[in-house]
Amino acid sequence: MTSWGLIVKNLFRRKLRTFLTVFAIFIAFLIFGVLSAFQKTLTEPPQGPSATRLVVTNKVNFTQPLPISYVERVKAVKNAGIVSHMSWFGGYYQEPRNFVVSFGVDPETYVAIYSELALSDAEKQAFIKDRTGMLVGKKLADMYGWKVGDTVPLKSSIFRQKDGSDAWDFKVSGIFTNTEEENGDQYVVFHYDYFNESRSFGRDAIGQIVVQTRDPAQNDATAREIDEMFVNSGAETETRTEAAFAASFAAQLGDIGFIVTAVVGAAFVTILLIAGNTMMLTVRERTGEIAVLKTIGFTARRIFAMILTESFILALLGGLLGVGFAYVALGLLGGMGGGFLGAVKLTPSILITAFILMALLGFLTGFLPAWRAMRTDIITAFARK
Amino acid sequence: MSDELVKVARAGKAYTRGKQKVSIFEGLDMRIEKGAFLAIMGPSGSGKTTLLNMLGGVDRPTSGEILFQGKRVDNLSESALAAFRAGHVGFIFQFYNLMPMLTAQQNVELPLLLTRLSKKQRRDRAAAALEIVGLSDRAKHKPAELSGGQQQRVAIARAIVSDPELILADEPTGDLDRETANEVLTVLQELNRLHGKTIVMVTHDAEAARYAKKTLHLDKGVFVEKGLNS
Ligand SMILES: Nc1ncnc2c1ncn2[C@@H]1O[C@H](COP(=O)(O)OP(=O)(O)OP(=O)(O)O)[C@@H](O)[C@H]1O
Ligand SMILES: [Mg+2]
Repeated sequence: MTSWGLIVKNLFRRKLRTFLTVFAIFIAFLIFGVLSAFQKTLTEPPQGPSATRLVVTNKVNFTQPLPISYVERVKAVKNAGIVSHMSWFGGYYQEPRNFVVSFGVDPETYVAIYSELALSDAEKQAFIKDRTGMLVGKKLADMYGWKVGDTVPLKSSIFRQKDGSDAWDFKVSGIFTNTEEENGDQYVVFHYDYFNESRSFGRDAIGQIVVQTRDPAQNDATAREIDEMFVNSGAETETRTEAAFAASFAAQLGDIGFIVTAVVGAAFVTILLIAGNTMMLTVRERTGEIAVLKTIGFTARRIFAMILTESFILALLGGLLGVGFAYVALGLLGGMGGGFLGAVKLTPSILITAFILMALLGFLTGFLPAWRAMRTDIITAFARK
Repeated sequence: MSDELVKVARAGKAYTRGKQKVSIFEGLDMRIEKGAFLAIMGPSGSGKTTLLNMLGGVDRPTSGEILFQGKRVDNLSESALAAFRAGHVGFIFQFYNLMPMLTAQQNVELPLLLTRLSKKQRRDRAAAALEIVGLSDRAKHKPAELSGGQQQRVAIARAIVSDPELILADEPTGDLDRETANEVLTVLQELNRLHGKTIVMVTHDAEAARYAKKTLHLDKGVFVEKGLNS
């Protein structure tokens, strides 16, 4: 028999109750681990955006299309230098979980505008010349083992070919890295025309127009000029710098971050109440026993420490199990999902936060009951029996 | 003087109930010799438990002094009182008050957690205490698996395991039938006779009091001595 043994025996005398409490804490930390990992990945800043390039999107929402005829009209704007466009393909490789960020683009203008992509001239020319050509970011090429010259069938989760097939064959013309941004090489681009002609619906619509201006100092005026051009037309536009566009995109994800924080917060408040209430109940039930321990000579401090230790063990047990399961679950998810989900991990900062939360939970749920136990008055405790 | 264990000097105990002051006793004097086996009897509410609590350092008098081995204990701090109880007093309760999730052996070991004894020494001492109360063969049993008399004997073992000078028992046989009560009382008597333990026992049962060497009657705050037991 040891002091430690006494604490453990007390903890497990009501096995079901202890199990349920630990389980509740476990769920809270599982939610915390998984959601924090996602939040971390999602709210990381997207591609190194340019402060000088302008992006023209549908005013309603950037997922709404624009007519391709707009491209020519934007080219007519005085400050417009190179004008290109991009359309979301919603591609995946072999299976939907192998999600591939993919765009149909105008090849010549695309390679001209995105000068930060490291490509040889030969690769650029090959891409422009081959109607089925595709440029692949190095990370993706490495992940799927694609080489220059390979034919890669990509399926779209949105579009169909006219013959009903959902797969397009692309030939890898070049593999690029992004010289400006570390993770800016996890997507592919191919010929918009090739994709546009063969798709069964949504023809001649594009996602966004990208404008390299001649004088970036005039960008604000140019953006206004473009938007005014399309006022009262079928699709009004919103023109921003690429950086501003990325920031608004991140802001939407930031809302997700807030939701995650709210969910985790609610889970913890609930757990705090459940575990705190259980500890309070436990101590109240044991009032008589605590009085006996005090009579025998256990000091108030020792009793306080005993109860607080119990609540710490509960929090640690549930917390470690929850974080451990989150780790395993994210590993399995990453193994299945490839690219994007593979990046969702428990970072050291998440683990540190988890430990702080465990300690906080242990303290908050144990303090009041421990205080109560410590203050138990022997005489009144016995008189109550 | 040398064989005086506890001295109660002009002790008073009063409670304030609302605006009313209720005095349980006043100016109470008492001497407990080393090796005494004292029974305290008296009507319900006469203050027997209160007195026992003061002797054991659980409660304090509102006036007067309590001396243990010549030193005042009534003015000690809470933690010093806890240490005093752990080191010098063994308590036996009417309802045994054993921990239900611990075995007999573990229950007996509880007070030793407050000492510097090693794990093995604690185990050996607890086994020896169980031997004294005749329950070695029940060491691994939980309280629920023991009869009332056996539970009370485990409680007695717990009270003597740290070898305290004073043992206090508040109606130790109050919850037991005659025969079992006699067994428990015999154990107490042996502790007194063979092991020299000083025992103060509160009881409502005149037959139980007969096991003690001396009986004091507490009534309306004063002791009425009714002579030695036969
Ligand atoms: N905390 C308290 N507040 C007020 N009065 C109290 C308190 N504790 C005890 N008393 C009163 O003190 C008196 C003595 O109580 P005590 O428990 O010592 O009696 P007792 O002789 O042990 O009685 P019994 O034989 O029923 O156990 C009783 O009248 C009781 O109501
Ligand atoms: Mg009483």
